[in-house]
Amino acid sequence: MKKSGWVRKDLLGLQELSKEEIELLLATADSFKEVISREIKKVPTLRGKTVVNLFYEPSTRTRVSFEIAAKRLSADVINIAVESSSVRKGETLIDTGKNIEALKVDIIVVRHNCSGAAVMLARQLRASVINAGDGWHEHPTQALLDIFTLKEKLGRIEGLKVSIVGDIAHSRVARSNIWGLTKLGAKVTVCAPSMLIPLGIEETGVRVTNDIDEALKGADAVNVLRMQFERDTESAFPRQLEYFKNFGITTDRLTKAKKNIIIMHPGPINRGIEIESAVADGLNSVILEQVTNGIAIRMAALFLCAQANEKLKIL
Amino acid sequence: MTILIKNGRVVDAVAGISDVMDVLIEGELVSRVSKDIKAQADTVIDAAGKFVLPGLIDMHVHLREPGREDKETVASGTKAALKGGVTSVLAMPNTAPAMDTPEHLRLLKGIIQKAAVAHVYICGAITIGRQGKELSDIMALKGQGVIAITDDGDSVDDEGIMSEAFKKAKEADVLVICHCEDKKLSAQGVINLGFVSTQLGLRGISRESEYKRVERDLKLAKEAGGRAHIAHISCKESVELVRRAKKSGLAVTAETAPHYFSLNEEALVGYDTNLKINPPLRSASDVLAVRDGLKDGTIDCIASDHAPHTDNEKEIEFDRAEFGVVGLETELSVAITELVDKGILDWPQLVEKMASNPARILGINKGRITAGSGADIVIVDPRKEWFVAKDGFVSKSKNSAFLGRVLKGVVEYTVCSGKIAYRKTNE
Repeated sequence: MKKSGWVRKDLLGLQELSKEEIELLLATADSFKEVISREIKKVPTLRGKTVVNLFYEPSTRTRVSFEIAAKRLSADVINIAVESSSVRKGETLIDTGKNIEALKVDIIVVRHNCSGAAVMLARQLRASVINAGDGWHEHPTQALLDIFTLKEKLGRIEGLKVSIVGDIAHSRVARSNIWGLTKLGAKVTVCAPSMLIPLGIEETGVRVTNDIDEALKGADAVNVLRMQFERDTESAFPRQLEYFKNFGITTDRLTKAKKNIIIMHPGPINRGIEIESAVADGLNSVILEQVTNGIAIRMAALFLCAQANEKLKIL
Repeated sequence: MTILIKNGRVVDAVAGISDVMDVLIEGELVSRVSKDIKAQADTVIDAAGKFVLPGLIDMHVHLREPGREDKETVASGTKAALKGGVTSVLAMPNTAPAMDTPEHLRLLKGIIQKAAVAHVYICGAITIGRQGKELSDIMALKGQGVIAITDDGDSVDDEGIMSEAFKKAKEADVLVICHCEDKKLSAQGVINLGFVSTQLGLRGISRESEYKRVERDLKLAKEAGGRAHIAHISCKESVELVRRAKKSGLAVTAETAPHYFSLNEEALVGYDTNLKINPPLRSASDVLAVRDGLKDGTIDCIASDHAPHTDNEKEIEFDRAEFGVVGLETELSVAITELVDKGILDWPQLVEKMASNPARILGINKGRITAGSGADIVIVDPRKEWFVAKDGFVSKSKNSAFLGRVLKGVVEYTVCSGKIAYRKTNE
């Protein structure tokens, strides 16, 4: 495993990373994937380090994935769930971060409903900050595990045609995937109703379409985003059934796609809203492998950031 | 008390003068401006190599008092003004209480009388409580010395009320200052709508939310036969609308703020809440359009929109942080750095934008350096550079958009009503 090349104490997003940095993360995750496949799934890499999962948004899967990743590396893990609606009354994010740091915590994994929250925290703290999703901005470990899974399945990223379908405008998963995939040379298409396509997204180099069949045609993989109707505050949102009719990934639609098209989903899936059950559970689906790979990616992120921060402290 | 300012380059935009001359101040007035004045004076200032300008007039300042004395007070705000070379400010009415009744105005006037160290003019609220529902008694506000009205921070949504405001303001001969924003369009936006807002995952504020309201207010002013002053222009369409309205003969004037001709939305990558401003920093092409508007006279003046906020209101999540930046202490230097140095404006034009035009628009007898004019004068070293640091601010709040920047142009002296009210100390 290459030990040089990663100098960041934080992992905040894929936009700021170079192709080489992303590749290093993926390669590091590869070694950790081997570790978690063993009978004894634990290595002493981060023994004596403390990781805090600071979650301002309810999340089970990402939090559990980070917790398992940290434990596989022998770190101590503490989970803090903060009721986000009462933030105004309570302690500020920075104060909370500084208090956690004062407890001699090494890594803070933060999930927050405001875009930029992890960036702000990282700037204020010496501890490492790993962004576990901030608003609509980025969710780097999710995109990394998506890319890792794709690479594992197809052997490469360069030249692949990947379509991302769903609420692109309000999706941090979409943004991180776009940055990561385009940096690694994939051809990315985003597909959604016009109102869910954010302004200027084509400037990232992606193709935009409102036609699901167009998005599926010739695609090597499709990443189906969770439709978060419950978080939506905009008016005139397409109703769930209408969405399924026009954009849902169904067996029927896939007959026109590549036979081996890879079906991905960041979870939790809404069966019958953005994806048909038969597709989610079908042979092309890698949804559960994504979950497994998430641990390897998060181990890599924790490991690389902790290691880089140690070097920074010496300097 | 007499002051003699020797050998500075004196700029009086109204007379079209920019010459090396001496200025003699006696009492509160300028008594002579000419070459080589030999008079005795209590204080002699050598201004060789410096510019001697009329004290700046900033017609868009939030002094926050009464109500939010933790952000700024009349005392701290006017002290900050002097440091920036500003000798007159127009205080915005979005205080608590709002400046919507004679009683509230008397309260503010009492504070000003006691605490102000520069000239403070008062802008009244168009509607009671700035709620946009019920027109203030504009004649009564005028009776208390109000020279302009605005609901700044909010636009009056109701066309009927805004139209009535233009008519009443005309009768009372006060200026209507239009904060142009359709909040139905700007919604919960926090930065300019565009690729940067997409990239950062932040809600966008469209240019439309601004210029549609500029368009409406120009229409209402025209129908009422009144006069409109468009505040803090930030986008190209607004510039163009004002340009066309002026050509058509409408009595319209406009201002922009230093951040709109010097910074664009790209600066927001990194989520610096000190750059969270309303209207938001726009695109690079909007910045160019604002500069063009300044150059061709479409935009009459530069006003800071000085909007102090405490650290507690800024050092939080971007979505939750307050909108606004302080500007009094940096506006002249930003204008020198970004406009004069880049050849967009010359010194007389700069004086026009920051002193004589605001004086004309507000109808106050200021903004000049000539025999008999009030002795409000700023002496600037045009070449000296300074580093904008948080701890250098006199204002109670430090939420500057220019922290960490090196700016050109240092205010050495500010003379207000014939007294040296600020003098740069050597650090």
